[in-house]
Amino acid sequence: MSEVEHDGDGANNARATRRDVLAALSAVGAAAALPNPAIAEPDSERPKEGDLFVAQDKSDGESVVALKPADIPLGGPPVIAWPYDGSGHVIRKGSRLNKVLLLRLDPATLDDVTRERSADGIVAYSAICPHAGCEVSVWVPDQKIFECSCHYSHYNPREAAAVIDGPTPRALAALPLKIVDGNLAVAKPFTGRVGIVPT
Amino acid sequence: MVVSSRFLQGFPKSFLRSVSATALIAASVSLACAQQTVAPQSNTPVAGPTPEILQKYAPVTADRLKKPEDANWLLFRRTYDGWGFSPLKEITPDNASRLQLVWSMATGQVEGHQAPPIVNNGVMFVATPGNQIIAIEAKTGNLLWRYKRPLPEDLVNLHPTSRGVALYGDRVYFASADCVLVALDAKTGKVVWTAKVDDYKKAYYMSLAPLIADGKVILGASGGELGVRGFVAALDAETGKEVWKTYTVPAPGEPGSETWPAGGDHYKRGGGSIWVTGTYDPETNLTFWGTGNAAPWFGDQRPGDNLYTSSVIALDAATGQIKGHHQYHPNDSWDWDEVSPPIVVDYQRDGKTVKGLINVSRSGYIWQLERTAGKINFVAGQPFVRQNVFKSLDPKTGRPDIDETKKPGTGKTAEFCPSLWGGKDWPPVAFSPQTRLLYIPANENLCTELTGEQPKYVVGERYMGVAKNILKIVAGADHVGELQAWNVDTGKKAWTTNMPSFMWGPVLATGGDVLFAGGTNDRLFRAFDAKNGKILWEAPTVSGIAAVPVSFQVDGKQYVAVQSGWGVDPAKMQSRFDLLFPGKYPDVPQGGAIYVYALK
Repeated sequence: MSEVEHDGDGANNARATRRDVLAALSAVGAAAALPNPAIAEPDSERPKEGDLFVAQDKSDGESVVALKPADIPLGGPPVIAWPYDGSGHVIRKGSRLNKVLLLRLDPATLDDVTRERSADGIVAYSAICPHAGCEVSVWVPDQKIFECSCHYSHYNPREAAAVIDGPTPRALAALPLKIVDGNLAVAKPFTGRVGIVPT
Repeated sequence: MVVSSRFLQGFPKSFLRSVSATALIAASVSLACAQQTVAPQSNTPVAGPTPEILQKYAPVTADRLKKPEDANWLLFRRTYDGWGFSPLKEITPDNASRLQLVWSMATGQVEGHQAPPIVNNGVMFVATPGNQIIAIEAKTGNLLWRYKRPLPEDLVNLHPTSRGVALYGDRVYFASADCVLVALDAKTGKVVWTAKVDDYKKAYYMSLAPLIADGKVILGASGGELGVRGFVAALDAETGKEVWKTYTVPAPGEPGSETWPAGGDHYKRGGGSIWVTGTYDPETNLTFWGTGNAAPWFGDQRPGDNLYTSSVIALDAATGQIKGHHQYHPNDSWDWDEVSPPIVVDYQRDGKTVKGLINVSRSGYIWQLERTAGKINFVAGQPFVRQNVFKSLDPKTGRPDIDETKKPGTGKTAEFCPSLWGGKDWPPVAFSPQTRLLYIPANENLCTELTGEQPKYVVGERYMGVAKNILKIVAGADHVGELQAWNVDTGKKAWTTNMPSFMWGPVLATGGDVLFAGGTNDRLFRAFDAKNGKILWEAPTVSGIAAVPVSFQVDGKQYVAVQSGWGVDPAKMQSRFDLLFPGKYPDVPQGGAIYVYALK
């Protein structure tokens, strides 16, 4: 595989091309979806208010079961999940940056900001470490903290996933939650950017 | 006020005659004020004139790469044989204490800085984390240009670093982390073309310095922890078009596929990634590459030898065909990537000269091999650090007899030495043809306890199957890091210098019999006597050094250059040492800088 682009930075060229195509489309009133991040497919769009959640390990089957608060064990470990647009029947797993950690803690142990974002003691954070883009896959049960085992960054889920130590540059973005018809749901978009710093 | 005659020369005589002296003075004041400010011609940055040193930039030819001038450092290890040796000899053990800083420059980046400053006739090219290349006047430290390629936010980049650039013609080649080869104009830093090498969304990422050989840009990709299938690819240096691509894990039916479980798709995620620049023998047009461990980490999940993982492969630079190989150990279960390529060196053995290859491996063994026009033959192997996994080696093939009690597996815990970071990880060794010594940055007295589990493959996520991973140190050990020297002709160790912490410093050897290396967490860059390992000089830097040092010459003066910038594996090892020895090793600040030293 080798795709060569001449006379310019490929990324910049790609952006220019998208703009050109967008301009052309708007001129003729077309609204077709394009295969690029600028106009994300619904399964790649960031979670929106009202989205539900589907456990990652149950997201490949034909039937979709939205997660309820009782599905998240108190005190951990976290459940890895994808946001789910119930009205459009779209699991937003087209971008790994949509993957979240759902964790249930005693609300009394949460700081004010975190408690405000929680529902039934359940908090949601981006599962992607902003340091190198790894999945934050390790739960340290005795300290009740997240660990990214790529480079051993640690995050405190009771304090807005603040950085405890390690090379990560910032906290995990939170995804504020609410409960709708007994299901866990997104209350607001991510509180910050997800993924690595792209420079 | 005096109005110079030169100023008046600009006015027509008729005009001068018609105005009074007073009026002339007033006019000159007004004009002088007007000349004190200059407005930019554009609201956006405009390229300035090409600096003189770049106007006369010397193109890098195939001949120059084969026989570089003593003053230059044109390749990752300066020469194709991988020696990391500069013939410059102004700096000696007698005067090294007079080394001092000539200039330094912040890179503006954090994370692990690992690349050698590449120097061509006084122009230095430095790759840094953050997907950045900086061109600098090597003698003065003046910035010439800077290039930065933004990375996609969904990139998984387990090793956020770059190990350098390659030069050919008037171009600079950069393996961008998002698996794109970028060709830059060496004179301007502008992109000539970009070529997609593979798909970062499949978890490939690149960190190595490309190799220029046979008119091609040859490189490979990382991603072994993410379930990729390793490869070495060659792209036409002129056009960027792919010429060949050779996978390090064979597909069913290809040679070596019999060493993988039949009928499965293990090969698609079999690892064997490539992340250190290969060496090259122009005589045979063979290029030698070290391959990463097999994936997932535990061998019982992929029964068989798993060729060509944890091996050296000899690739025909023209076609990419695997002409020979030697697997250092079969069915890896210790995370022992063997990504360092062997150095190309002839040595004595039993009274005869062997056209050889020597590799200092992560498994803790020094391997002496024989190179031919095709096959690679085993000659000898011996441990250079505590190693308790290989009970013996087959005297003909070098295949190790594995102590199964030291081999972790799925649901099976085992403790083994050296640790998964190995007796030596990626930092390159150096070889001096003057001392005949091979210089090894080693980590002694470390072991790992590993337990495996069955992983589930999810694209972009780790595919290792590690349930437990604990770094341990041998009880009573008084040190970890070492700089070792081994005579390649006698196969005996000449000396060892213990370091104050673990050791992650690539080594530079020079014609003045002075070695240079950082690698310790005290932020020091050091000079050693190449004959006995004595520390001759040391200087603190902004962060820790895990980068490749180089030496070059401008206007007859010898310089030594290195990047400082702690991160990636040394920082990760330190976090494990913090658990073993709380508070013993102070945190190393992040930040990057280029340092250039010379004699006072």
